[in-house]
Amino acid sequence: MNAFVGTRLEAPQASTACAHCGALCPEEARFCCRGCETAHALITGLGLGRFYARLEGNAPKPEPDAPRHDLAARARREGETLALDLMVGGISCAACCWLIEQVLAREPDVVWARVALSTRRLTIRWRGAAARANDFGARIAALGFAVAPFDPSCLAAGDRAEANWLLRAMGIAAFASMNVMLVSVAVWVGHATGDMGPATRDLMHWVAALIALPAVAVAGMPFFRPAVAALRAGRASLDLPISLGVLATCAMSLSETIRGGDYTYFDSAIMLVFLLLVGRYLDRRARGRAREAAARLMTLNRAPVGVLDDAGVAHPRAPEEVRPGERVLVAPGERIGVDGVVVSGRTTLDESLLTGETVPRPAGPGDAVHAGTLNRDAALVVEARASGAGTLLAAIVRLMERAEQSRSRFVALADRVSRWYTPVVHALAIGTFLLWWGMFGVAWQQALVHAVAVLIITCPCALGIAVPAVQVAAVGGLLRRGVLITSGTAFERLAQADVAVLDKTGTLTLGRPVLQPGAWSGDDLRAAAALAAASRHPLARALAAAAPDVPAAADVIEHPGEGIARGAVRLGRAAFTGAEPGEGMELWLARPGRAPVRFAFTDAPRPDAGEAVAALAAQGLATELLSGDRAPAVAAAAATAGVARWTAAADPAAKIARLEALKRQGHRPLMVGDGLNDAPALAAAHVSIAYASGSDVAQAAADVVVQTDRLSAVPDTVAVARRAQRLVRQNIAISLGYNVVAVPLAIAGFVTPLIAAVAMAGSSLTVILNALRVERRTGWTR
Amino acid sequence: MDALTLLIPLSLALGLGALAAFLWTLRSGQYDDLDGAAHRILFEDDEAAGPPKDRKEIER
Repeated sequence: MNAFVGTRLEAPQASTACAHCGALCPEEARFCCRGCETAHALITGLGLGRFYARLEGNAPKPEPDAPRHDLAARARREGETLALDLMVGGISCAACCWLIEQVLAREPDVVWARVALSTRRLTIRWRGAAARANDFGARIAALGFAVAPFDPSCLAAGDRAEANWLLRAMGIAAFASMNVMLVSVAVWVGHATGDMGPATRDLMHWVAALIALPAVAVAGMPFFRPAVAALRAGRASLDLPISLGVLATCAMSLSETIRGGDYTYFDSAIMLVFLLLVGRYLDRRARGRAREAAARLMTLNRAPVGVLDDAGVAHPRAPEEVRPGERVLVAPGERIGVDGVVVSGRTTLDESLLTGETVPRPAGPGDAVHAGTLNRDAALVVEARASGAGTLLAAIVRLMERAEQSRSRFVALADRVSRWYTPVVHALAIGTFLLWWGMFGVAWQQALVHAVAVLIITCPCALGIAVPAVQVAAVGGLLRRGVLITSGTAFERLAQADVAVLDKTGTLTLGRPVLQPGAWSGDDLRAAAALAAASRHPLARALAAAAPDVPAAADVIEHPGEGIARGAVRLGRAAFTGAEPGEGMELWLARPGRAPVRFAFTDAPRPDAGEAVAALAAQGLATELLSGDRAPAVAAAAATAGVARWTAAADPAAKIARLEALKRQGHRPLMVGDGLNDAPALAAAHVSIAYASGSDVAQAAADVVVQTDRLSAVPDTVAVARRAQRLVRQNIAISLGYNVVAVPLAIAGFVTPLIAAVAMAGSSLTVILNALRVERRTGWTR
Repeated sequence: MDALTLLIPLSLALGLGALAAFLWTLRSGQYDDLDGAAHRILFEDDEAAGPPKDRKEIER
């Protein structure tokens, strides 16, 4: 037996956790790697050691070969200071935000540094040279966080402006409705006791008009503008009756004020605007995550590539500006930015983003490579054949966008209701006017008051809150369980789904290899794990994970795409170790004077896969497996999880075809996937769920993103969606029920401003309280 | 009536003051990161980079 293996085995040390990232580290070392040691020294050196006490979870591990962006070019001038927006990856809790801010605050020229926890966005402002941006980036990267430039022109910027616009309108409406209510209550009391003189009452009406009219003009804009747009396009939307109701109420109240009439409805008009703005704001917040994912995706796509000039010097350039024939340098750990052919270098490529295949593919000169592939081991020079829109990656994204268009035609329940609601309400109001003016012969002003009262009562206040209130409650509950809802109509479509189509790699399975039992002994495992611990290859990691207490051996040489060696001990491919290759994923261990030992791996199913499939079946969802992997692997996974129907070797187009076929049969398929190759299928399905461990494109294409490792999150989300949908229907019924009671009163002319206010607040409160029930009894009941 | 001539403008002024305060908080970006703000209060602010050195910095 080799001497060093013997000594290693004699003293299996109790392993310690790394003082920075918490990973297991060799022997009694405090750190698992150089990067962590540097990060820890940096943090404690600045007197920020409290970070570790505040941290929830683990600090991110510094990646020495993370891509470096040229941040100086992104700095923009704002008066005397320079400003830079960055996306920061690896933030797990508020302590990480605090750490980044504190470290930057220690830089003498930084004026302002702030990380937004909800958007993972860092803004730095400093005085001095733009080149300092790269220093700041390097500082943050040394702490273990990934940094990428944030493009302020992408949609998140406009999104925030819209959110602020809604918030401002809401603030103005809240201020105005409170003050108008103050005046109105005085008038109502005056009516009740009969001791308010007409002069005082008119004064009160004028005060109310003075507050309410400008407020409605400003705060009503979020409804008026879309209403005009919808009118021009010839569509019915909920904004139209809202705008008409509010404007008619204001006009009628103003005319009553000028006339010296008994009643004005300014309080109703402005309260309506306020309550509806609350509904709209909640609706927007519930959907904000989807746009963030899209913004993150755009940031990722913008990683620069190093284009080599004649002298062999790399110049960073945007990937879409690379011309065919140019040579691109790809450092280890970087994603390839173009489609092309390898000119020099030998490495392994992680193509899981494109194909879903988790085992890296070796690549050398002459091999074709695609944009989006991760270069794992060694530097490559690639001659570009296509870039930007010409790449396979772009083709997949286009396929996804086309599939997504078909889904955008889905009309939400609330919009379907509003389609017939609007004409009915307006017909009722006109009828009321004609009834009073034509049949009972009252003055036209008086008839108008009754007609407008109908509009006020029917104004879809509760209807506007009915859906968002349920969504916010359900989305909030799911968020705490690691499930993000990114689409506004996801619940409705989830509740309708009747077939669940699952991807295999990364969805039904964990997407990472796990060591299988075989003809190896504990000694073999330890010897292999000592070598494997030094490598980042997924199979080596799986091997090291199977023996976590074995320390990494020193002086290990990694042969890219082949294996790992230390002296005469070799771990790697069959050919590398002189053994006969077998089936599936395997590593061989060769030692002098011994027969090679085989370690087999499989991509293990998620622990709760069978349970989740059974739960889906109990919910009435037939499950099938649709994978790009080879038939035997798919069949085995299907059998383990209890899925009866499966399709193997399906490429993105075949996956879409299967989903289209299901739709033609009248089914509503729920697609669950994770990779970029699943993204078009996710977009084509009736509704889709993506696992967050996969690619960002898949997450952007999906309605729901799951951040836990449990497959049961799928049936659980379906259960919540069904419950939410039931509550939405109840809420719509409640708000329509209020109208059924109140409309006859309004037509009969019994509705005073007090009754209108009570009805409005009452119906809105009822639907909000009803919506809160979605949280109360979820408990993941199935 | 005399009371009203004082009280109505007074209540309006108070309301307008609150509205102005709200619009200021909105403009200075205090609603941009509600999740972060909820956690931020748990950290002592002794040497934070948070408060900018001059107010103009935060108003875009």
